[in-house]
Amino acid sequence: MIYYDKVTKIHADGTKTIDEVSFAVEPKEFVTIVGQSGAGKTTLMRMLIAEERPTTGTVFFESHNVHKFRRHDMTKYRRRIGMVFQDYRLIPNKTAYENIAFAMEASGRSAAEVAADVPHVLELVDLGKKMWNFPRELSGGEQQRVAIARAIVNQPDIVIADEPTGNLDPENTYDIIKILQKVNELGTTVLLTTHNKGVVDAIGGRVITMEKGKLVRDDKKGGYIL
Amino acid sequence: MITNLNRIVKTGFVNFWRNGFLSLAAIIVLTLCLLSFGAIMFADVFGRTMLKQVEDKVNITVYFTPTAQDSDVTSFVNTINKLPEVASTTFISSDQALVNFQTKWQNNSLILNSLNEIGNNPFPAALIIKTKLPSEYAGLVNFIQSPAAESASGTSVIESVNYGENQVLIDRLGRLIPDVEGAGAIVAILLVLVAVIMTFNTIRLIIYSSRDEISVMRLVGASHAYVRGPFVISGIMYGLVSGILTIFIMAAIVFWSGAIIAHFAGLQVANDLASVTSVVSVYFISNIGEISGIILLAGCLLGALSSYLAVKRYLRV
Repeated sequence: MIYYDKVTKIHADGTKTIDEVSFAVEPKEFVTIVGQSGAGKTTLMRMLIAEERPTTGTVFFESHNVHKFRRHDMTKYRRRIGMVFQDYRLIPNKTAYENIAFAMEASGRSAAEVAADVPHVLELVDLGKKMWNFPRELSGGEQQRVAIARAIVNQPDIVIADEPTGNLDPENTYDIIKILQKVNELGTTVLLTTHNKGVVDAIGGRVITMEKGKLVRDDKKGGYIL
Repeated sequence: MITNLNRIVKTGFVNFWRNGFLSLAAIIVLTLCLLSFGAIMFADVFGRTMLKQVEDKVNITVYFTPTAQDSDVTSFVNTINKLPEVASTTFISSDQALVNFQTKWQNNSLILNSLNEIGNNPFPAALIIKTKLPSEYAGLVNFIQSPAAESASGTSVIESVNYGENQVLIDRLGRLIPDVEGAGAIVAILLVLVAVIMTFNTIRLIIYSSRDEISVMRLVGASHAYVRGPFVISGIMYGLVSGILTIFIMAAIVFWSGAIIAHFAGLQVANDLASVTSVVSVYFISNIGEISGIILLAGCLLGALSSYLAVKRYLRV
C-alpha cells in the first residue's frame, strides 16, 4: 500500500534528515515509528502527504509516486489520508463540529451526510457534549480527540498520527492510543510516530526505529529500544 | 457545485464576523484607501472646473471698421462660424456696444457727458470668438488677418483684433493645461498605487495569520478554490463595508465642509473657499450614483484581488 524506496532528504543547508530509507506498509497495519527528536520521523510522514519532497528516492501509494500527482489528483489523494498532529492544528475560529464538518465539506460530502456523521464521530471520541465549543475552550486532550475525529470522519485508508500524544498527560495519552487502536481495528492503516516508550510498549505492534535519519530496526512485534 | 459555492460564501461571511478585530483593521485601511480615491476624484473635478472657468474667460475680439458694409460683416461672421475650431461667436453691433457702455457707466455722469460731447457713436461693431481649445487661438488670428478673410471686394472689414493683449495669457494656458493635467494624473496614479499597496499588505497580514489554517485545509483535501473562496468573499465584504463608509464620509464632507471650515477657520476663509466646496458639492450630488458605484466596485475589487493574491502563496503545500 505504502512504499518508501531508498528515500533520502538533504536540506538546503546540507543537513541530511533521511538517509536511504526503504520500507513498505501493508493495508490495515498499525505501524509505530520511533526515534528521538531529529531522527526524521516527521519528515517521513510529511513526505507521505507530499508536504515535503525527497531529494532522492520515491514514496509510493498504491504504486503511484505521490510527488507526481497533479493538483486535482493530489486533492483526491489527501482525502484518503487522515492527519493528526502533535499541535492539533484545529482551525481556531471554527467550533469542534465545524472543524470536522469542514473536512467532510472539503471532500464534497452532502449537508445531510455532514449532519449525520459529525455528531456520530464526536460521540465516538466522547466529545458529543462539546461539539459547539471552540478549540480555545477545550483541553489539550479534547482538542486532540477532535483532531482524530476530523482525521477519521471521511473514513480514510490511512491515518497518520505525528506525535499525537506529545503534548498530553498520561491519562489523555492512553485515551488517544485507545482511539487509534479502535480506528485500526475498523480497517484503517495507522502510521504513528512517537518517542514515548510507554506508548510503544502499550501498542505492541510493528515498530520501525529511526536514528539520525537511518532506519535501524523494523520489528513485527517490537518495543522501544533507544 | 452549488453546494460548494454556498459553503464558500457562508464560510466567508462567518470568517468576516468572527475575525472581528482583523476585519476592522482591514476595513479602516481600505476606507482610507477609498477616501484617497474620493479625494483624487474631487481634486480632479475641482481642477477641471477651475481650468474651464479660466478657459471660458479667454476669447478674441474682432473690431470692424466703421465703414464696413453689413453684407461684408455678415459674410465674415459666417466664414468664422464655419471654422471647425470655433466653439461660439457673439456679434455685438455698434448700437448694442453703445447701449452696453451706457448701462455699465449709468452712475458715472462724467463719462456719460463725455460720450455726449463726441456726438456720434464711437463704438465699432465687434465679434467675440471662442475656440474649442486655447491652443487654437493663434491659428485663428492668423486666418483672420490673412487675405482669405477679406471681403469680396478685397478690402479688409477688420479694424483691429485684441488677441495681442490676451496673447501671453492664451499661449501660457495652452501650454499649461496639458502639463497640469499630466502632473495631476501622475500624482493620482502614485496616490492610488500607495493606497493599493497599503491595502494589499494589510490583507496579506490578515491572511498570514491564517496560514496554519490554510495548510490544514489543504491537508484535509480541500481544493484550491475551496480554500481561497472564503478569503475572497471576506475580501469583498471588507470592500463593501469600506465602500459604504467611504460614501458616507464623502457625503458628510460635502454637506458639512462649509460649516466645519467656518467653525475652525472663520467665516472669511469659508467664503474664500466657497467656490471649491460648491463645485465639489454640485459634482457629488449630481453624480452620486456613479460615484457610489465606482467606490463600491473599487473596494470590492481591491478586497477580492488582494485576498486572492495573498492566499496564493500559502497554497503551495
